[in-house]
Amino acid sequence: MAYRPPRDQDPEAEARARLVAHRGLATWGNELLPLDRFRAAARAAGRALPPEERQAAAAGYRAALADPTPVEGPYGRIVVFGGIYNNHLALAALLEAAARHGAEAIYCLGDLGGFGPSPEKVRPFLAQGGVRAIQGNYEESLAAGREDCNCGYTDPRDNHFAGLSYRYTAERCGPEFKAWMGTLPRRRRVRVGERELLLVHGSPRRINEFLFASTTPVPFLEVLLDQSACDGLLCTHTGLPWRRRLPSGRDAANVGVIGRPANDGRTEVRYALLEDRDGELAIDILPLAYDHPALAAEMRRESLPEEFVETILTGWWTTCLEILPARERTASRF
Amino acid sequence: MLENRTATPPPALDATLRVALGSLDTLWFQVGGTICNLACTHCFISCSPTNHTHEMMGLAEVSRYLEEAAALGVREYYFTGGEPFLNPEMEAILAATLAVGPASVLTNGLLFDPARCRRLQALADAADYSLDLRVSLDGYDAATNDPIRGAGTFDRVLEGIRNLAAAGLNPVLTVTEVCAGATAAAGKERFFELLRGLGLARPRLKVLPVFKIGAEAERTGAYESWQRLRAGDAPENGWDHLQCSGCRMATDQGVWVCPILVNEPAAKMGETLADTLGSFPLDHPACWTCHVYGVSCRT
Repeated sequence: MAYRPPRDQDPEAEARARLVAHRGLATWGNELLPLDRFRAAARAAGRALPPEERQAAAAGYRAALADPTPVEGPYGRIVVFGGIYNNHLALAALLEAAARHGAEAIYCLGDLGGFGPSPEKVRPFLAQGGVRAIQGNYEESLAAGREDCNCGYTDPRDNHFAGLSYRYTAERCGPEFKAWMGTLPRRRRVRVGERELLLVHGSPRRINEFLFASTTPVPFLEVLLDQSACDGLLCTHTGLPWRRRLPSGRDAANVGVIGRPANDGRTEVRYALLEDRDGELAIDILPLAYDHPALAAEMRRESLPEEFVETILTGWWTTCLEILPARERTASRF
Repeated sequence: MLENRTATPPPALDATLRVALGSLDTLWFQVGGTICNLACTHCFISCSPTNHTHEMMGLAEVSRYLEEAAALGVREYYFTGGEPFLNPEMEAILAATLAVGPASVLTNGLLFDPARCRRLQALADAADYSLDLRVSLDGYDAATNDPIRGAGTFDRVLEGIRNLAAAGLNPVLTVTEVCAGATAAAGKERFFELLRGLGLARPRLKVLPVFKIGAEAERTGAYESWQRLRAGDAPENGWDHLQCSGCRMATDQGVWVCPILVNEPAAKMGETLADTLGSFPLDHPACWTCHVYGVSCRT
């Protein structure tokens, strides 16, 4: 039977009585004073700009920020993907798919390492495919010799598994590979047809910002695209793909990752195919099958956590779950 | 009584002790005012059934801010009070908010009957964006919680959480450091165990420090004079870790810098969001808590 103090034996009755005694009084810091005095002080505080200054302040806030990034292209068709996570088998399959699509260029949005086995195996495929990469938080951390991946997790269990992945990758990446990662740009601009696209890892603001579908509202994206002066935004980092056509006619997409499945019970990973179709930009998020049992076997040979192997074999995430927003978390198995 | 106190601006501070608004990502609403059906002894704004320092906000008032916020690209919306669900328009406010972005509500958990939980789940299901709830508790049992939150509250909060879980909602339990051991792994596990027992297979927990203002200052004492940020405290890469670098708080009396300082007139920044896009001086002792503890009121 739970402890329940009788209402007349509330040990804090006196303190609570004081708290409810301030009808007609405002709390200001630790003090009580007449409500009208507080309200008068509040009315006098802060700024009340004239309407034209308000408009100017809002316009200045949305204004494009200077960005000297050169524009690549124009192309008619490109493949964009994120998060290799050492999955060299998926990367090989991606290059084959890009060739089948007739992609004129292939872009990787960063996070080459983590999660999977044998980091150095990725490198020759990147070179062979002429993949143009930008830095993810992984590359930034590895090149700088950081102690952790700076993934941005907040939960101890998530951080535990992120730490395991990072140390595994850091120990097995050669200095030359790490130095090369440090030379990668933080962003690229690419023209597809008439559209100028900004390619980033997390967001245009932060390399490790999570842009999940359920926490990335349309009005926010419109302002982000204004500030970035682009017609479209492509990002990754979360591992979960989505795309949006904005009311302004511009586009935003999270291209997902090819390193691990998208937490939907399918073993395929995801990438994006972008093409100019008669002046319109088409963005398709496509599934990519690869030899995932072989990857799982290699992960076990490398003594990587069985939790990671399970994700590769089932398509459901077992780690990095606490960072998911309510909606994405509800849709996951664990 | 502070008969002679006025809202004169603070003396000019070192420029490094001003926090710039990097981007307005989070908009808070003091939607329940300072009116609460509890009178917790650690409440930093002393909310109670009779505290009308801030009144509840109506749907029309919230909608005006939502419109301005969308034009400024706000990413997420948080609702607090007082107790938000005392506000008769709260569910309509949530429906309007979820049309433009994700919403989180900080609540004491006392008003979650099964019917309301089902309506909230329906709202969440119908929206493109996430709806999150944060329910407060301050102890592992009635003996530790009820002296802080009030007699009988432990059992009533548990019933509310059980109803939320039955409807398919997974609230974040919010505990303050008033609860001994809550920050340690063993303390967290006790709360996880409690939540699992209420039907939440994936328990979520947030632990917050206390701010030594309002009722809490009466309970354990106010800030001491050394508990202030000074020029030397400014981190090399600025104040981006402080919530006020990316948030504002709307109340029935205008827009304030953050959710903590709504009872300080000097922390009111303007009447509309556009008035408040400038920087703010970090000269309140509560700013010291946010910096030292790395606090964010966000989930």
